[in-house]
Amino acid sequence: MSGVVRYQVRHQTVYAYAGSVAHAQHLLHLKPRETATQRCLEQAIDVWPAAQRSQHVDAFGNHATRLELDRPHQTLEVTARMRIELLPKPSVDAAASLAWEQVRDGLHYTGEPIDADWLEAARYRAQSPFVSIKRLFEQYAIDCFAPDTPVLVATRALMSKIHQEFSYESGATHIGISLQEVLAQRRGVCQDYAHFMIACLRSLGLAARYVSGYLHTAQGEQGPELMGADASHAWVAVYAPPFGWIELDPTNNLLVDREHVVLAWGRDFGDVSPLRGVLLGGGAHSLDVGVSVQPLPT
Amino acid sequence: MVADPLEHYAGSAQRFDELLDGQGAVRPHWRRLVEHLSSGGMDSVRRGVELARRLVVENGVTYNVYADPQGRDRPWQLDPLPLLLSAAEWRDIEAGVVQRTQLANAVLQDLYGPQRLLRSGVLPAELPFGHPNFLWSACGLRPLRDVWLHVHAVDIARAPDGRWWVLGDRTQSPSGLGYALENRQIVSRVYPGLINDLGVRSLAGFPTAMHESLADLADDDVSLAVVLTPGPFNETYFEHAYLARQLGMPLVQGQDLTVRSDVVYLKTFAGLRRVHAILRRVDDDYCDPLELRVDSALGVPGLLGAVRAGKVALANALGSGVLESPAWQGFLPGAAQALLGTSLLMPSVATWWCGERPALDYVLDNLDRLVIKTTFPNQSFEAAFGRHLSSGERNALRLRLRARPYAYVAQERLLFSHTPAWRAGTRVRLAPRALSLRVYVVWTPQGYRVLPGGLARIAAEGVRDVVSSQRGGGSKDVWVLADPQKALPLDEPAAAPRMTRHTDLPSQLVENLYWLGRYSERCEDKARLLRATLAVRTDRRVWRVALATCAAFGVLDPDTDAGISLYDDKLELGLAADLGRFGWAATQARSRLSAAHWRSISMMQRQFHEAGQSRSEPVEMLDRLLVSLTSLSGFALDDMTQDDGWRMLMLGRRLERVHYLSQLLADVLDAEPAALRASLGWLLEVCSSSITYRTRYVTAPQPGPVLQLLIEESGNPRALAFQWHKIGRTLRELSVQHEGELDHSLQQAIAALREVDLLRLEESGLTGLRQRLLALGDSAEQLADRLTMRHFSHVGRDLRVVAT
Repeated sequence: MSGVVRYQVRHQTVYAYAGSVAHAQHLLHLKPRETATQRCLEQAIDVWPAAQRSQHVDAFGNHATRLELDRPHQTLEVTARMRIELLPKPSVDAAASLAWEQVRDGLHYTGEPIDADWLEAARYRAQSPFVSIKRLFEQYAIDCFAPDTPVLVATRALMSKIHQEFSYESGATHIGISLQEVLAQRRGVCQDYAHFMIACLRSLGLAARYVSGYLHTAQGEQGPELMGADASHAWVAVYAPPFGWIELDPTNNLLVDREHVVLAWGRDFGDVSPLRGVLLGGGAHSLDVGVSVQPLPT
Repeated sequence: MVADPLEHYAGSAQRFDELLDGQGAVRPHWRRLVEHLSSGGMDSVRRGVELARRLVVENGVTYNVYADPQGRDRPWQLDPLPLLLSAAEWRDIEAGVVQRTQLANAVLQDLYGPQRLLRSGVLPAELPFGHPNFLWSACGLRPLRDVWLHVHAVDIARAPDGRWWVLGDRTQSPSGLGYALENRQIVSRVYPGLINDLGVRSLAGFPTAMHESLADLADDDVSLAVVLTPGPFNETYFEHAYLARQLGMPLVQGQDLTVRSDVVYLKTFAGLRRVHAILRRVDDDYCDPLELRVDSALGVPGLLGAVRAGKVALANALGSGVLESPAWQGFLPGAAQALLGTSLLMPSVATWWCGERPALDYVLDNLDRLVIKTTFPNQSFEAAFGRHLSSGERNALRLRLRARPYAYVAQERLLFSHTPAWRAGTRVRLAPRALSLRVYVVWTPQGYRVLPGGLARIAAEGVRDVVSSQRGGGSKDVWVLADPQKALPLDEPAAAPRMTRHTDLPSQLVENLYWLGRYSERCEDKARLLRATLAVRTDRRVWRVALATCAAFGVLDPDTDAGISLYDDKLELGLAADLGRFGWAATQARSRLSAAHWRSISMMQRQFHEAGQSRSEPVEMLDRLLVSLTSLSGFALDDMTQDDGWRMLMLGRRLERVHYLSQLLADVLDAEPAALRASLGWLLEVCSSSITYRTRYVTAPQPGPVLQLLIEESGNPRALAFQWHKIGRTLRELSVQHEGELDHSLQQAIAALREVDLLRLEESGLTGLRQRLLALGDSAEQLADRLTMRHFSHVGRDLRVVAT
């Protein structure tokens, strides 16, 4: 694969409530951010029934949309559509990345002024609500992190290890299972793969963030089908100077290139969940999510 | 001869003593207090100690405030002997803490804004970024007038050299201010007159100033500020309720508030009312389930949006809890230089954050001299004194520190000063206790001001290091002596307090008052029913009817002895269970009950519980209970503001009585005629109408007159007619007040009942009368449901969070 690729993405979420919802507020992370290798050509979010909306850019640089529905309703449909252009990622020589201990130590406080890049990385170094730091995770990862291993070489080895030892569970993502359970059972959805890998990296003292977005998978003869394309997807970025942030997809054991469309990133799922809401009334609900990623001619 | 309370009191060689100087002489600013104590003699001292203890119990000053018969609430520990501070000492403290508050405010502004201190290496990025109360969603927000801290509490202690040192800061929602104010109320009753004689600075103007400052932030002329509490489950709920009353602000829970189009509203009985400022006692990350922790029912969804839009002020600002970590201490001098260009006036206790390599090495080498604490409040690790550890524990601790050094902090042990406290026992006398002091700084448009007093805390007897109210320590009032040279305009109450409109009643509070009314009536009805029933135990015919009625109401288990069944709280509809519900409703409505009212409720609960434990003679117990319940209805009548909350409380009582009485009469009328006749005396007792009957009729109770007295006699406060007249009047008032339609639903049932000629009632008419009574009871319940729908439906209990 070479050159620019384009995708059309459609992400539809439908909530059907047993009762009537009197008032609802939702927070969406459904507007893609622009990156050095991703341009958003067009995007729109349709909401039914009509809702009041406001936008802001959050502390991580993501676009957040807030919805308020103040009339009784029994369904909510949110459809995000976007046309995205992806440029090839600059090639990276993993062996030329800093030794992982250097990155770890570089994130420590020294009392000296720090570069903006390193300060930014420090945000993704600490424990966060869905990612705990434990010696257990460090121990799981440590055989990939022999002394003086370049951080990217070691991180790729960790990704392969997780991919090999864990089994992918298809179906809707569900939050609530702890990372210790994920490790004990050695299986999970893409969100669990991402959170677990981040936990390993942070337990070692490295900076890693959670990336939310979509995955395009080639059909038929073009190659193996990738996991996680039927819904929104999640993967990992690790801070690997001098190359900066490098994205890796542990669910599919690959370095991210032009098959992943980025929506948002944060410390973990909690910072970037595509759609989250607080409802008044409504009772039980059913949820239907559909994602399609279609390549477009360039 | 008068015993000298100081007889056995001695200073310590290692510590500063608040009372005595190095030569063992009483310090000048304590002299008059000591003279006063000596002249009064030991009896007066003992009386003072007892009075203080009684007032604490009676005012219900507790940590945990359920009007809970199990007595899970723990009384607040107050030593009535105040801590005295001279005007000069106080000036230093004041200057030191105000500077610290200004610094903390500036640090917050930087952390949530440009983060210059992180870039330049003055502060470690690990501290905010690893802290659970650093709210990423609050980055880039600017609170109104850049006030992050409205209330800041600083814990200080005095070192052996006489200087005050800072132990820590409370920046999120500092607790204890309510207790400090309450301590003053109690202590000023123990030493009446002395406060004035000594020229102790008053705390009276402070709550008003605080309310004014909050209200001042609003862009409107009329502004509303509320106190947001996590609710009665919180251990300091007493304080929330107390503070709300002192500040004259409604006490609300998350579900009392709603955000619409980025504006915060209070759901009041009269509709939605805009809220301009919130004094919160809810933790940072629980404040908004939409953007912060999703698993929180305590917060207000959309609150961050309202802050972002600049439509509401939060005291303190969201995210200010990030400064609650001992790790900051060592970095504050640098921050003070960078932000204020000065050095700190009051030093912090020596602190090493192990995230710095040299600090870690020092700590590992000096464990014996240090206290090890966690950097972040969400870590599970108890503070450890190095010298108390076994060598195994010490090694385990070293491993921990090396594995995650940034998560630990070491502090030097400070030998706190001693202050005298009363030691109870065979001979009340003074004993030295280790002391720390919590000082409160509050924002006003004129700058930060310090409460001239505070909360002094003393260690439990024999405890040398830890001063915490959770470990059996105690508290003291703090008397700051006025500077005779200077007038102190700030201590005087500010301008007339802003009026909060009486329509600002949170719907939920009104609903709780309504249930308080219903449950208090229900308890009274059931107590009377039981009381009258137990009195006819020996009359077999009446006993059968009475017992059947009790069983129908579910207050007695017919298969168990009445004296035992009466106390059984597992009986779903029993008196014990209803008293529990009554207590719960009272707890929920506590901010509207006077101290005396509340005291009566908790005393009644306690007495009932104790009677159950000791299996007291039931009739005696019920007599006492009825006296208490009757005095409570007196409180409801005479001791409460007669606003909508009160109207709903009374409506609750009336509706309950209609429901109960119609049911009771219908049940009794079902008895066979001879038994019915025999039971009329009992029925009058149950309805507390025997005397009324006797003053009116000379005959023994006859069915017609009895029924007329209990149904139609509108002059009898126990009769149905009396209730429906009162209900009608209250409904009219409510409909005028709220321009709603008048509810006539009760009228039909009343009219039907009135058609019956009670004095000429034939036996054949009894069934018809029963049905009409039951219909009246039903329509009372329907009316109750409609009121709930109309006034409380937007209370909204079932908030849920969804996420994909």
